[in-house]
Amino acid sequence: MELAKPVARLIEEFARLPGIGPKTASRLTYYLLRAPAEQVLALSDAIRQLRERIVYCQVCYNISEEPVCPICANPQRDHSQICVVEEPLDVMAIERTGEYHGVYHVLHGVLAPIEGVGPEQLKIGELVQRVRQGEVREVLLATNPNLEGEATAMYIARLLAPLGVRVTRLAHGLPVGGDLEYADEVTLRQAILRRAEM
Amino acid sequence: MESERRQRLYRAEAVIIKRRDFGEADRLVTCFTREHGKLTLLAKGVRKITSRKAGHVELFTHARLLVAKGRTWDIITQAECIQPFLPLREDLQRTGYAYYAAELLDLLTQEQDPNPELFELFLATLERLGRAEEPRLPMRYFELHAMGLAGFQPELFVCLNCQEPIRPAQNYFHVGRGGVLCEACGPAANGARPISLPALKVLRYMQTHPYAELEALRLRPAVHAELEEVLFQYLTYTLERSPKSVQFLHLVRERVNHGMMPAGPAGGPNGESSPV
Ligand SMILES: [Zn+2]
Ligand SMILES: [Zn+2]
Repeated sequence: MELAKPVARLIEEFARLPGIGPKTASRLTYYLLRAPAEQVLALSDAIRQLRERIVYCQVCYNISEEPVCPICANPQRDHSQICVVEEPLDVMAIERTGEYHGVYHVLHGVLAPIEGVGPEQLKIGELVQRVRQGEVREVLLATNPNLEGEATAMYIARLLAPLGVRVTRLAHGLPVGGDLEYADEVTLRQAILRRAEM
Repeated sequence: MESERRQRLYRAEAVIIKRRDFGEADRLVTCFTREHGKLTLLAKGVRKITSRKAGHVELFTHARLLVAKGRTWDIITQAECIQPFLPLREDLQRTGYAYYAAELLDLLTQEQDPNPELFELFLATLERLGRAEEPRLPMRYFELHAMGLAGFQPELFVCLNCQEPIRPAQNYFHVGRGGVLCEACGPAANGARPISLPALKVLRYMQTHPYAELEALRLRPAVHAELEEVLFQYLTYTLERSPKSVQFLHLVRERVNHGMMPAGPAGGPNGESSPV
């Protein structure tokens, strides 16, 4: 038996989302088929609004409802310090610490040579432009501590080197609550090399 | 019961060649293993910063794995890093070469098709790429021998057309026929490209000698460039596609060569956030 077109289409759309396989896609679709109309319409409206109301901040490329995001528009933030992250979610993670008072720059990905993602696909040129124009004192590279994140940070650091700005990298080390004997060699090595005074 | 459980587990000595995010905090990891060839395995929770496994299944890491058979994906239950190949992580150009070697390996292999010799060659190549003063040499050696081990060894000694031994003259390389044509047959063959004597010599030497004997070779830039071009044309023709990571490699190499970026690692011990 063939599926009704709208059902098949929604399953297909769900299955394109990250982390959702064909089974989950059908389950979600059949759930929505039986759900109250208000709930389904609220969901479709939320998706539409996401598309229509969310833009990228002209300065930092974080997601925003305004052309310039609240962080970039805030005069209390230190605009001479830029924290470079891979994704908007990373901005939220750093904001939650309450320890950072500078502004951000969202790359929207990392260099992934095998997937063909190069610097042009990321907001790297825009970052260099920003550093060139403004009174930027420090660029803190906060890409993920894995090989792709590391390579991206190295690449950006090399690009910025001639501009004379201070370039820093999030410290690497042991996770809180971890156990030394389970630590991998690279992490341990970094933790020793970048040890801090007590 | 106990033996049944044991059968559902297997060991593998692996190098991680590719990975992608999967679900909330998991990754699908493409490994090339000594025992089972290429495998795609699920590494659960490795994107969590507290994961004990994450550092052991990083890209280009040589690791011992314990794997549990699963329904859709086999799952890495334990991982222990044998060799992290640190130099590949600390120098952008070497990182670029490692990506390229890993992509080639991926393109040359099918899942679950063991090739222990190719495994050894790849491991050795990662080590050489980290150590060699001129990473192009181990890279070319890998291209030539990986192609050979995958069943595409080019003929370099006998003309593929007239079967005469190749003489020191103006010879040709034909990607479609997979090897050389002599000075008489080459010009008439469609798609044959001239190959210089020094480049052909190096290729033949590479094909017949262990890497250790090659290490001392100092090649002129023009020979390096020609070797790179010939082998790249041969492998893109044979694989019917062009490795994507080569773009990154060129980009990084250009930047290093033109002095926009200093080569090599930087940074060191320093308080909370260290200069890169
Ligand atoms: Zn902004
Ligand atoms: Zn001939």
